[in-house]
Amino acid sequence: MKRKEKATIVSQEMLAPGIYSMWVQTAMAADAHPGQFVGVYPKDGSRLLMRPISICDVSDDKTQLRLVYRAGGNGTKEISSYAAGEEVYLLGVLGNGYDLSKMQGKKVILLGGGIGIPPMLNLAKELDAQGIKTITVLGYADAQLFLKQDFEQASDFVYVATMDGSSGTKGTVIDAMNAGMIMGDVICACGPMPMLRAVKKYAADMGMKAYISLEERMACGVGACLGCVTKTKEKDEHTHVNNTRICVEGPVFDADVVDI
Amino acid sequence: MNTKVTIAGIELKNPVMTASGTFGSGMEYSEMTDLNRLGAIVTKGVADKPWEGNPTPRVAEVYGGMLNAIGLQNPGVDVFMERDLPFLEQYDVPVIVNVCGHTVEEYCNVVEKLNGSKAAMYEINVSCPNVKQGALAFGQDAKVLEETTKAIKAISKKPVIMKLSPNVTSIKDMALAAEAGGADAVSLINTLIGMKIDIERKCFVLANKTGGFSGPAVKPVAVRMVYDVAHAVKIPVIGMGGIATGEDAIEFMMAGATAVSVGTMNFIDPQTTAKVADGIEAYMKCKGVEDIHDLIGCV
Repeated sequence: MKRKEKATIVSQEMLAPGIYSMWVQTAMAADAHPGQFVGVYPKDGSRLLMRPISICDVSDDKTQLRLVYRAGGNGTKEISSYAAGEEVYLLGVLGNGYDLSKMQGKKVILLGGGIGIPPMLNLAKELDAQGIKTITVLGYADAQLFLKQDFEQASDFVYVATMDGSSGTKGTVIDAMNAGMIMGDVICACGPMPMLRAVKKYAADMGMKAYISLEERMACGVGACLGCVTKTKEKDEHTHVNNTRICVEGPVFDADVVDI
Repeated sequence: MNTKVTIAGIELKNPVMTASGTFGSGMEYSEMTDLNRLGAIVTKGVADKPWEGNPTPRVAEVYGGMLNAIGLQNPGVDVFMERDLPFLEQYDVPVIVNVCGHTVEEYCNVVEKLNGSKAAMYEINVSCPNVKQGALAFGQDAKVLEETTKAIKAISKKPVIMKLSPNVTSIKDMALAAEAGGADAVSLINTLIGMKIDIERKCFVLANKTGGFSGPAVKPVAVRMVYDVAHAVKIPVIGMGGIATGEDAIEFMMAGATAVSVGTMNFIDPQTTAKVADGIEAYMKCKGVEDIHDLIGCV
């Protein structure tokens, strides 16, 4: 059940410039599924809206969530200042997450780009726990390869692409896939919109299934405000127009369903 | 202690309602808050056909509030009557259907279809700032507003609330026009037209360029407008604009509002409506107020 609840910060560390990892103690961890997210509320009353942050990891005892996020705006910068022991309000868990039943017996390629990398870790771990083989390609701006070591524990193969060429293949995750001749049955991807468009096209060209996790400016997080919609090819079952709600029907969509 | 109020013959168990567009049709929030605690539920705007709404980004945060330019995306009145209204009928709460349209005819189409339903009242959205054709155009010219009200009243079998825009020279004149057109009540304020610019990218934050400004930051403007209107018209006034607490609601009531709506703060805390209702009762208890009517327009 979705709820707004107080959580306690267990730890906060900077993984790379502007990229933070925060563990929080919360009962929501028991409900978390790969690809889902939570809303983190800033404490400063002038900043009202929750910040949607993807779930990067869940502790083994399912009492803690790991949130890895970019401190880009003032809200996330404020969140990055919270220290262990502080309390914070969360709204969660939100969104649909990846449907793991569709990956049984398949070879799964995980693509993460930039701040789209964190949610792929929880997915990699869950797939690994279910005995599903994964190949991960991580796309970074430069050699600040945050979470790479975590992926090496969870995924069968890990490749890296950097835009500046300082590590791995120079270019995008697609460039790295081409360079490594990486093949599989299903792609799961999260990252910036140009990357997701490229992934959608790549999957279509290769005849692969792709599930992509989208992001949009969001207010309520629970499907009421219709702020965070994305275009769909067919009329959406809930909205009855060619728009679907990222916060409820997403953030993970079959790439064939959305018109990005 | 009496917290009941009456609007156009419809009794509300308390004066706390939801503001249109911030609560969907109740379904999304039903697992997070007790809908029966509400005085009334005001639905998201419903048109005669499905509306796509605006491109994204549709929302942005601003200091103490937010901007939205959803553009009244809605599934249309037929889906609303098949799916959303039956859901709301499970609850012991009057349903006020917010009606939107591009033309008077479109408003009337929705009202005619809903006349046979269990909806308690209509709230007519003549004040949405995010729709290019119609909507706000009906709410910024007193003569047009009066005529629109008359046309809807002529076919409506239920009480009609006209929702007023603050983006006018004199909201009092608009309220008087709605009253002259036969409105049973007025609700205010809809959002203030605002803009946010991304100075890094040198572009508008919202795809629509402008959006409706709401949230706690607008409250003083809303309280002043409710005061102006309540002292000009004889019909009940429903006040809204940044209400977050029982104290905020009492301010609006003292300014002359018979009922209040919680809007943006539903997004920040799904329990806000219940907390506002509790806060009103706590205030009354603390101050020894026996009847909520003693607070309405008391300043």
